[in-house]
Amino acid sequence: MGEIAITVENLSKRYTLGLSRRRHNTLGEQLSQGARSFFRRNPDKAGLDSFWALKDVSMEVKRGEVVGIVGRNGAGKSTLLKILSRITEPTEGEATIRGRVGSLLEVGTGFQPELTGRENIFLNGAILGMKKAEIERRFDEIVAFSEVEKFLDTPVKRYSSGMYVRLAFSVAAHMEPDVLIIDEVLAVGDSAFQKKCLGTMDLVGKQGRTVLFVSHNMAAVRNLCSRAILFSAGRVLAEGPSADIVENYLTAIDSSQVGSVPLGERKDRVGEGAVRVVGFEARVPGGTGGGSLRTGAPAEFVIEYAVKQEHPLRRMYAGIVVTDSSGADVFTCSTAMSNADFYGITGKGKLICQTDYLPLKPDRYWVNIKLSEYHGHYTIADEVIRAAGFEVYEGGDSGFVDFGKGAVVVPHNWRLSPGSDLDLQNCVSTKD
Amino acid sequence: MTTTQPEQLFSEQGRNPLRLVRIGAPKSRFSLNLGDIWAYRELLYFLVWRDVKVRYKQAKVGAAWAVLQPLLQMLILTLVFSRIARVPSDGTPYPVFVYTGLLAWNFFSSALTRCTASVVGQANLVSKIYFPRLIMPVSATLSGIVDFGIAFVILLVMMGYYGILPGADVLMLPVFVLLALITALSVGIWMAALNVRYRDIGYIVPLLVQLWFFATPVAYPIGELPEKWRIFYSLNPMVGVVEGFRWSLVPTTSTPDFRIIGMSSVVLIALLFAGIVYFKQMERTFADVV
Repeated sequence: MGEIAITVENLSKRYTLGLSRRRHNTLGEQLSQGARSFFRRNPDKAGLDSFWALKDVSMEVKRGEVVGIVGRNGAGKSTLLKILSRITEPTEGEATIRGRVGSLLEVGTGFQPELTGRENIFLNGAILGMKKAEIERRFDEIVAFSEVEKFLDTPVKRYSSGMYVRLAFSVAAHMEPDVLIIDEVLAVGDSAFQKKCLGTMDLVGKQGRTVLFVSHNMAAVRNLCSRAILFSAGRVLAEGPSADIVENYLTAIDSSQVGSVPLGERKDRVGEGAVRVVGFEARVPGGTGGGSLRTGAPAEFVIEYAVKQEHPLRRMYAGIVVTDSSGADVFTCSTAMSNADFYGITGKGKLICQTDYLPLKPDRYWVNIKLSEYHGHYTIADEVIRAAGFEVYEGGDSGFVDFGKGAVVVPHNWRLSPGSDLDLQNCVSTKD
Repeated sequence: MTTTQPEQLFSEQGRNPLRLVRIGAPKSRFSLNLGDIWAYRELLYFLVWRDVKVRYKQAKVGAAWAVLQPLLQMLILTLVFSRIARVPSDGTPYPVFVYTGLLAWNFFSSALTRCTASVVGQANLVSKIYFPRLIMPVSATLSGIVDFGIAFVILLVMMGYYGILPGADVLMLPVFVLLALITALSVGIWMAALNVRYRDIGYIVPLLVQLWFFATPVAYPIGELPEKWRIFYSLNPMVGVVEGFRWSLVPTTSTPDFRIIGMSSVVLIALLFAGIVYFKQMERTFADVV
């Protein structure tokens, strides 16, 4: 103990914007750039279109520590994990890891749908860096953990998503690295299995392995990690005991999640443009902007609009569709559904949609916004798909909340209705 | 819990010094770190195994395609070149002549095509997990060996039918198989890395392969070419491979020029080495770009 497992020194990573899959630079540009980069050790000489996903991050993790990495999306957590997993290289700085590294940024990486469960255990295990002998030795444990014994010789393309995730996680859970790096992978699978995984992770930590754990599940971070590091805008903002850092983080989002997402400049929109969406904000009611959205708590969706024509809009309809990060629709709120009518609209303003109960599980969501105009018939005035994202956090302070299956959380209550004689008779008669 | 073996033990009391993983810019452009591939040899094996398995599982008739494809190609080429164009075949029955060429050619061309797509086609792996990236083009190249094996058995059947017995030269065959692999790999590694940045490569390579086919004596004997062009022609490393295949399998065919084969091998090795250097340079941004 006390020995250092991970040392990170001034680690920085710069991404060039637009350096995406569609980039085809000209050959000339490429050659000159190549020539420059050949002689370079001067990475600061970047164009304007770049940003630092990680900047001057230094940290140390001791052997056997379970450290949580928290921060908002885009804070640099995943970039750090990618660098430490050697998936991408840092632009500057260095890191040293002592021991075998196992990284789990996704469950089921490299799963091949055509192959059977058995075959995929070997394939996935090898991809995760396990030796064949090691997989063979732990094969039975992996299968037992995954609870898919019966389907071991079925191609995984026929698996339900739950089975798929269980099998994938089981393989990962049987890696025996000295240092385990885990990104938000526990967000998948049903809650019973999640708990089993969290239990395994706890065990992993107790066995003296070092774990770096990124999560938005604050309860998991608090319960599993001894220490946590809070990232913001690519830098380490704070580090300390996980309970303090989680508190710090939740307060930080409360104060930072202010203001709306500007949408006036977005080009990927459709519609006649009589009225435009110029901003969107998902916030806690009260108008001041503070506070983070929480499951089951009141929430407001604010659409900022600007009428682009001289004469007033005769009649305006608005709708937002909340989608999950994969783009699947979760629910819709529209003026038509709530029989709201807005007439004679001019200039700029805000349309506010309020709900007393936000039925979303803690996660990140997106909104599609549509404004329509009615003048004898409907025309789409403006529509922006994936206009803005927002984050929903756990409701209470009650620890690990189990939201069960499904996409939404519905307010409900239960009561017991004592059985009538009639029902009892039915039961008896069917039993006969 | 489990028994610990030396290689996966987490050094208790420093009995087993932990491997140090250093992350950062490489010290030298030419640090190829090929030992890493050796450390991941089991993954290489599993990726080849996966490719082979999937290929035969997906197609309805499975392995039959490995038989049918070269046979049909042979029939078409026999019809066009031998029956219609009356191309000679060095005194060997034309079907055997063209099939030996196809054996080498298909092995090479499918390896090159798969190699080109290897990194782009596995973007999910590249962006989610570390392993030596060179394993992707290498495994893609190697996974054609099973197809080759099946096609080779057909050749043996054909040679039996025509009553052709290979001589002692057949012992040289593995050398030419290796040369075909090296040719595919040395071009393929470049293409795989370039393909990540320039998706055009995915369109260019099939054309290149087609052109290359006609620049290789698969369907016609090298003797059909004017003497003065022969030396330029032989710069194509596949000329030596195809000629070598034929020579080692069919005793009646002419001996290839081993000086030219040696020369093109040297060029190939250089191309391969440069390809690895280029690939290693490019792989550092694969995860960001792919």
